[in-house]
Amino acid sequence: MSKTEFPPSITSRPVYGELEARSGSGHLMIADAEGAEAILDLANSADADFWAKAHIIYIPKKTGTKYSSQLEALGAGKYYAGPSYEAAQSRIRRALQDCHMGTQVYLSGTESLMGQAMAEATAAGIPHTAIQTEHRGSTARRMQCVHCKGITEDVTTDPFECSHCGLSLFVRDHYSRRLAAFQGVRVDAEDPGNIPEKVELFK
Amino acid sequence: MSAGTAKLNVTVAEVKPINDLVTRFKFVRTGGGDLPTFSGGAHTVVEMQDGDITRLNAYSLMSNPADRGAYTISVRRDDQGRGGSKFMHSKVKEGLEMVISNPVNLFSLDLRAKKHLMLAGGIGITPFMAQMHQLSMMGGNFELHYSVRTASLGTYAKELSERYPGKVHIYHDDQKEAIDLKTLLANQPLGTHVYVCGPKGMINWVHSTAEDMGWPREAVHSEEFLAPASGKPFEVKCAVSNKIVQVGEHQSLLEALEAAGIDAPYLCRGGACGQCETNVIGYDGKFLHYDHWLTDEQKAGGKHIMPCVSRFEGKTLVLDR
Repeated sequence: MSKTEFPPSITSRPVYGELEARSGSGHLMIADAEGAEAILDLANSADADFWAKAHIIYIPKKTGTKYSSQLEALGAGKYYAGPSYEAAQSRIRRALQDCHMGTQVYLSGTESLMGQAMAEATAAGIPHTAIQTEHRGSTARRMQCVHCKGITEDVTTDPFECSHCGLSLFVRDHYSRRLAAFQGVRVDAEDPGNIPEKVELFK
Repeated sequence: MSAGTAKLNVTVAEVKPINDLVTRFKFVRTGGGDLPTFSGGAHTVVEMQDGDITRLNAYSLMSNPADRGAYTISVRRDDQGRGGSKFMHSKVKEGLEMVISNPVNLFSLDLRAKKHLMLAGGIGITPFMAQMHQLSMMGGNFELHYSVRTASLGTYAKELSERYPGKVHIYHDDQKEAIDLKTLLANQPLGTHVYVCGPKGMINWVHSTAEDMGWPREAVHSEEFLAPASGKPFEVKCAVSNKIVQVGEHQSLLEALEAAGIDAPYLCRGGACGQCETNVIGYDGKFLHYDHWLTDEQKAGGKHIMPCVSRFEGKTLVLDR
């Protein structure tokens, strides 16, 4: 899938760039699904010395083995592929704990992956403006219900049903870096029962 | 004058020579009472009545920010300077009443940092002294690397080593000791912020080395006050106040505006803070930009000038003041 262009929105909504190889003492790369393409594109401008200092953490999701062998062939010092973000989380935390100032962090793939990994990296002490991101693949959103606080992953329609409390929620662009989630607000709060038809906004 | 920040009337409570070049001054509020709180890294602008000339120099506060009873500053005598430090050394005695500005902090700690790595050169130690007071009260994690010319000119080096054992590293130029910056920066845990205060060369060295090593720009902090450069006298037209002002050889444009009764804004008077940025309405000549504030494009654009340190050479300069 090609690079994503998002319509202009409120300042709260994250924007993403394009990954570029930067000088640093180490390179921590975290990607999911089509996010692998951003790393493979970056490979054109990075040498063997760069990859020797790189640690790739990859979650293929529905892409299966489409990209994993190419990623592995880049020759990164460390390469890990895992089944889910949750499964990779302890590895991400440990990797951040072990690295020093000067380490570059590269995130690519879905907003859910980038947002959660960004929250880990900033908690570890990297300013969010110094973390590179590139959106690839699905535009499905990670949403937080403002009523029950439950998180619903991979939301593709507006409105959608909260997977925790069942309310129909309106998908806002209002984003929380702390939660790595967009805000979902009850769509029929003023007029209970008046729920507009679902529109597939995200793929 | 209402520009700058609110003023404080203070009395000099102590004048203490520290070594051949540096003297420490302690100010208390005239008539008693607490001084405003400040945060580590803040400075105050000291007004000096030197005959007909009012000199305004910024000095970092070095005392404990929790101590509201007094402020202390340390002044290094600069015999080649414009006279502010010489005035402090020769004319300021205990009991003198002076006017200083409220503290302003352009070099504050980033309290999100997990560790504060401080690099000081010479008299650049002063803001770190207040910051170390602040951090040690908060249980903050810090480390000081302090480069001095000789042990006898190592202002406060001995007492800092005693006050913060294990956290203070002193480097003596005359013993060929130098900060091993690359090794130091390579071994810092994530979340470290580096702060540098000292000569221009040291500041540039730290910024460029950190950048080459992949440090985020936001984690590198510096402070350098520039003394306004002397230069050829020039004339400036002030469009708003409808005045023509002559800027003398050893006078800054800001000082000339103030002497002409124009209420020009300022804070740091050293090219760092951006407060005095002034729009240029027209000019025929060339700008001598010395500040750290304007971008290179702005400096080339001829639309802005920082009157605290920058000058002009040419036929006419018209400012929006």
